[in-house]
Amino acid sequence: MSWDVAIIGGGVVGTAIARELARYQLRCVLLEAADDVGTGTSKANTAILHTGFDAGPGTLESRLVTRGSSLLREYAQETGIAVEPTGALLVAWTPEQASSLDAIVEKARANGYLGAVPVSESGVYEREPHLGPGAVAGLWIPDEAVIDPWSVSLAFATEAVRAGVALRLRTRVSGVAVLGGGEGFELAVDSGPEPVRCRFAVNAAGLASDQVDRMFGCDGFSIQPRKGELIVFDKLARPLLSSIILPVPTPRTKGVLVAPTVFGNVLVGPTAEDVADRSDLSTSAAGLAALVAAGRQILPSLEQEEVTATYAGLRAATEHRDYQVSRHGRYARVAGIRSTGLTASLAIAEHVAGLLEEAGLALKPRTGDGPARPRMPYLGEAGPRPYQLAERIAADPAYGEIACHCERVTKGEIRDALASDLPPAGLDGLRRRTRAMNGRCQAFFCGAEVSAMFSRADAGLRAEGGGQRGH
Amino acid sequence: MVTDVLVVGAGPAGLTAAIELRRLGVERVLVAEREEQPGGIPRHSGHTGYGLRDRHRLLSGPAYARTLTDAARQSGAELRTGCTVSDLQAGGESLTAILTSQAGIEEIRPSAVLLATGCRERPRSARLVPGDRPAGVLTTGELQQRVYSRGERLAGRALVVGAEHVSFSAAVTLAHAGARVVALLTEHERQQSYAAFRLGAALRWRVPVWTKSAVTRVTGVAGRLGSVEVTDRRSGQVRTVDCDWLVFTADWIPDHELARSAGIAIDPGTRGPAIDLGMATSVPGVFAAGNLIHAAETADVAALSGRHAARRICSFLTALAAADALSRVPIITEPPLRWISPNIVTADGTTPPRDRFVLRTDEFRRPTRLMVSQDGKILARSRSLRCIPGRPLHLPASWLTTVDPEGGAIHITIDPAN
Repeated sequence: MSWDVAIIGGGVVGTAIARELARYQLRCVLLEAADDVGTGTSKANTAILHTGFDAGPGTLESRLVTRGSSLLREYAQETGIAVEPTGALLVAWTPEQASSLDAIVEKARANGYLGAVPVSESGVYEREPHLGPGAVAGLWIPDEAVIDPWSVSLAFATEAVRAGVALRLRTRVSGVAVLGGGEGFELAVDSGPEPVRCRFAVNAAGLASDQVDRMFGCDGFSIQPRKGELIVFDKLARPLLSSIILPVPTPRTKGVLVAPTVFGNVLVGPTAEDVADRSDLSTSAAGLAALVAAGRQILPSLEQEEVTATYAGLRAATEHRDYQVSRHGRYARVAGIRSTGLTASLAIAEHVAGLLEEAGLALKPRTGDGPARPRMPYLGEAGPRPYQLAERIAADPAYGEIACHCERVTKGEIRDALASDLPPAGLDGLRRRTRAMNGRCQAFFCGAEVSAMFSRADAGLRAEGGGQRGH
Repeated sequence: MVTDVLVVGAGPAGLTAAIELRRLGVERVLVAEREEQPGGIPRHSGHTGYGLRDRHRLLSGPAYARTLTDAARQSGAELRTGCTVSDLQAGGESLTAILTSQAGIEEIRPSAVLLATGCRERPRSARLVPGDRPAGVLTTGELQQRVYSRGERLAGRALVVGAEHVSFSAAVTLAHAGARVVALLTEHERQQSYAAFRLGAALRWRVPVWTKSAVTRVTGVAGRLGSVEVTDRRSGQVRTVDCDWLVFTADWIPDHELARSAGIAIDPGTRGPAIDLGMATSVPGVFAAGNLIHAAETADVAALSGRHAARRICSFLTALAAADALSRVPIITEPPLRWISPNIVTADGTTPPRDRFVLRTDEFRRPTRLMVSQDGKILARSRSLRCIPGRPLHLPASWLTTVDPEGGAIHITIDPAN
C-alpha cells in the first residue's frame, strides 16, 4: 500500500505537519527514529514562545515565527498547554549595548512587532529588583512568553493520531528510492523489511535533515549542530524574577538568558558551541561553570539556590541564516529550523501544506467535525494543578495522592499519562508528560515508586497488546 | 477539625515528638506524612544500628520505624499517611495549614506546628557533575528504596561518591543487591567513617576508598551508564572507570521548602530554619526538629531533638504570653566550621537537645578546641575535638549562662591557640 504523505521526523515541526495534513482527506504516516515524539531539539530548548522581534527582517523565519506565535498561543489555550505571558526584558549592561537598543527597536518594527518599549536604568530595576548591578538601560518586550515545550509535540501528535495519521516510532529512514515517473518514493526503514511507499515526502528530520536530504538526491545545506547547555534552578528561585531577562544579542548568538519556566523554575542558558557529534548531549564542566557565573552576574541571589537539573540541546543550525524550507518535486525539505522552531511550528506546517499543494497534493478537507482538540494535562504553575482542586479529588481520589513530592505530581496524573493515546516508552517520556521525578530531589524520594508504577503499566500493555507501546 | 499541634513528617523526629506531646497531655496531635508509610528514612535501611540513644536498644531501620510508629499510634496521636501539607501560612495571628490527600483538601488551624520534614542528598545535577544523563545514576535514598523496599536486584559494577557512614551504607546496600562495588571516592584526603566500618568493607568486599578524587564526567551508552571519568585532585590524572551504577551519597540538604515558602527565617549554615534552644523558628508557634535542622544526624539524635521540641511546644501552649519578649542572640560559625545547631540563644535557662550543640566542619583538622566568643570576649573553650567532615562535633552548652542577652552575635571558631 502507498501513503499519500510520509513525514520523516516526529519533533515539534514534524508533528505539527502531521497534524496539519490530518485535516485533509489524506493517508499520512509519521516516521520517528526514537521511541517517542519530541525527543530531539524539541525537548531541550529554552521553552520561549517568541514574538519574532529579533528575527532577520524579510526572512521566512521572521514571517513564520510571527504567524506561528499567534497560532501557538491560541492552540495552547484550546488544549490546556501551559503558557505564562511573562514578557521579556532585554538588558544592556554597557553603554555600547545601550546604544544598540534603538536598532533593535527598528528591527522589531521591520519584523512587524511594534510592542517594544525602551526602559531607563531605574525602569529596569523597577521591573526586576533582584537584577545584579550594572544595568544601563533596557527594552521591554511585553509579548514574549514561556511555554511548556514537551506538551506541544505531544498535543500535535495526539491530535494527528486521533485523526488517523499512523505514527511509527523506532523507525529510522535509511534510504530513498524515487518511484518511476516521479510519482512518489520508497523509503527504506530500519524497523522492518517492508519499505514505506508514499506519493509525497516531507523531511523534518531536524539534526539528521541533511542526511535525509541527500537520500532524496538534494545537497543544499549541511547541519552544523550548535550545542546549548542549560541549568535549571530550584523553584525557590522563581520569585527572584518576573520576566525573561535577555542579553543584547551578538551576530553569533542570542546570548545567555535567565528565564522563568512554566514549571516554576528558573532557567539559565544556553551556551553556544559548534560540535561535530549529532548525538552528543553531554554537559561540560566549562559550560556549566560559565552558566553559573553568568546566572550569578545577572541575578546574584541565584547563588543561594540549588540547581535542580542540567542538560544540553543541539540546535539544528546550518550554514545559512534562514530556515531551509523548499520543495523539490514531491519532496519537501523542512530544515535548519533553529531555536524558533517551537514558536513557528504551526505556521511552518501551514506553509509546508501549501508547498505540497503546489506539487499536486489535493488538500480536500475532511467531511464532518473531525476529532476534538486534545486536552493536555496542565503542567504549569501559573494555574491550578490537580492536587489543588478539591472537586477533582472528590471525583477521583487519585488526584489527591501525591507521588512526586517536589513537583506535586499525583498518582492520578501518572496513571492518566500511562493510559494516554501516546503512552511513554520509558521513564523520561513519563517525566515529560507529568513532571514526575523532575524536581529538586531527582527521584531521591519518589524514584522507586514512580518506576514501579511505570513497570506495572508497561507490563500490562505488553500482556495486552504485544508491546505496541506508542504504536 | 481542631488540632492543637500539627507535626509535619512522620520520621523519627516527628513520631517521637508526637509521642512526647501526648505523654505531656496535649489533646489533639496530628502527624501528617506525605509518604504512604510512616517511619521516615529508616524504613529503607536494612542494616542495624538504630534506636541506641532514644530506645536504648539496637534495631534494624524498618524495625525501628515500626517501633516508633506503633508507639505514636498507641499514644493517641492521629497519624495520617499519604497526606501532604501543601501550604503553611504563618503570617497573621493564627497558623493555617492545607492538607492534601485522597480525602481531599482540608484547612486546619493548629495552635502550634512542628516541622520535621527531614533532609535529602544532593543529586548529581545539584553537584553540577557534567556529562551525559544516562539511567543508573542515583542517590542513596533512591537506592535503598529500590533495593530494600522493592527488592530490586542490581547487576554490574558500581561506584559510590562519598566516604561517610552513609556512603558505606550505600556500598553495603549495593553488595546486598548483587552489584560489585568498585570503589568509594571522596574529595577529602581520607574517608570519614569509622575505622571498623571501613575495615569491614575492605575485608569483606575488598572495596578501596579513592581519596582526593572526584567524578568529573558521566558517560552513557544507549541511555544506560557506561563509564565515569575520575580525576585525581592531587596529580590531576584522569582515568575512565567502567560502571553500571553511580551512587551519590551524603552532601545533605534539609527539605526546607515548606519552611521557606511559609516565610520562616533560614540559617545560612544549616540551610534549615534558624532555631533557638527551644527549637522555635522565627515565626511564633512554628518549631522545627530532626534532620531539617541538622542534616544529617543519626535517627536517634533526630528523635531526641523531636522530644526536646515537644517539651518546648508544651511550654509554648501553656504560656503563650511570655514567648516573644526574649531577645534572641544568633550563633555564627567561622570556616572551616560549616554550621551549628541550634543557632540562636535565648537567655531563659533553656538548654539545647541533649545539653549540647552539634556542629559540622568542612575540613579535617587535628584534634582541636572550639572557642566561643561574644563581642570579643571569650566565653568558653571546648575540650579537644576531632574534626571530620560529615561527622558531628559536639559542643557542651555549659557556657550559656555567661551570654549577654543584649550583646552581639556569638562566634564559634577553631581556637587559634591550638
